[in-house]
Amino acid sequence: MRPSVLAAVDYGGPFEVPPIGELFNLPALFTVGGVDITRVYLIVLFAVAAVMLLFFAAFANAKVVPGRLQAGAEAMVEFVRDSIAIDIIGPQGRRYAPLLTSIFFFVWFNNLFEVLPFVNFPSTSRIALPMLLAITVWLLFLILGIRTQGPVTYFKDILIPPGVPKGMVPLIGLIEFISTVIVRPITLTIRLFANMVAGHILLTIVFIAIHSFLVLGPGLPVGLVVLAISPLAVGFELFVGVLQAYIFVILTAVYIDGSLNPAH
Amino acid sequence: MEGSLNIIGAALAFGLGAIGPGIGLGILIGSAIESTARQPEAAGPVRTLMFIGIGVVEALALFGFVLVFILQGA
Repeated sequence: MRPSVLAAVDYGGPFEVPPIGELFNLPALFTVGGVDITRVYLIVLFAVAAVMLLFFAAFANAKVVPGRLQAGAEAMVEFVRDSIAIDIIGPQGRRYAPLLTSIFFFVWFNNLFEVLPFVNFPSTSRIALPMLLAITVWLLFLILGIRTQGPVTYFKDILIPPGVPKGMVPLIGLIEFISTVIVRPITLTIRLFANMVAGHILLTIVFIAIHSFLVLGPGLPVGLVVLAISPLAVGFELFVGVLQAYIFVILTAVYIDGSLNPAH
Repeated sequence: MEGSLNIIGAALAFGLGAIGPGIGLGILIGSAIESTARQPEAAGPVRTLMFIGIGVVEALALFGFVLVFILQGA
């Protein structure tokens, strides 16, 4: 019997790993004007609302001597601005700090829904969301590079590393082109997407195993072992959520820096 | 999932594809720890560079992981 993972609590059978596609294809809850509203849609809306709520609540009536929420939010914003934007891009990084902060909090809050009880689904595990962010960053660093350094200088800068013998330039240029212009958005997408997919599969299997081994009776020792492992899995997922948001933002900053300040 | 060469290919793709990034991550993080131990005041920049390196290297392992699902469906 194939369990419906929307209600893994109702799952009543021996331990069986559901087909992976079923973990991620969520049915539409209702339809509004031709657009299917699924749980993923609502999760993204809630994540956006949570980010906006956090910033409004922290900074709406900003005081000179901050309260706790404002102090915490200030610490996080300063972390992104100082140790990511200014450290990597330089003094011009201040201009891109709002973008980096938005991407960081948006990705982080979307990843948080993986460990939120009763939801347990990361909206970043549907490839459209990381792809959208990666394409935005890709267009950003290409257009920034072309606008700051001029198209010819920019492409000569990224395609030809210094010290390359003249004969090798076409081959090296081709390799660098593929690695910079083509592969970078793909890796940005797949890194975030696959981390969240792997984490979701892990957590789903752990939870189904706990239920089918512990609640349904046979295999009590296995169930207890899995129960003891489950906090580690959830904690790891929390950590990976923050880490992937951080890596996404750091790589965005590195790409912006490569466009603004010529590397060679 | 019936037996087919696709599944063996998928398993090999993921398994063999995780060797390189595993070694790479070990070298990377190890040298970050060592350089932090040698010069504790460089810990901040070293940590930033380590995370950039982790992000790039781990993506290679995840390509293999994604290939499993592509091969499974084919």
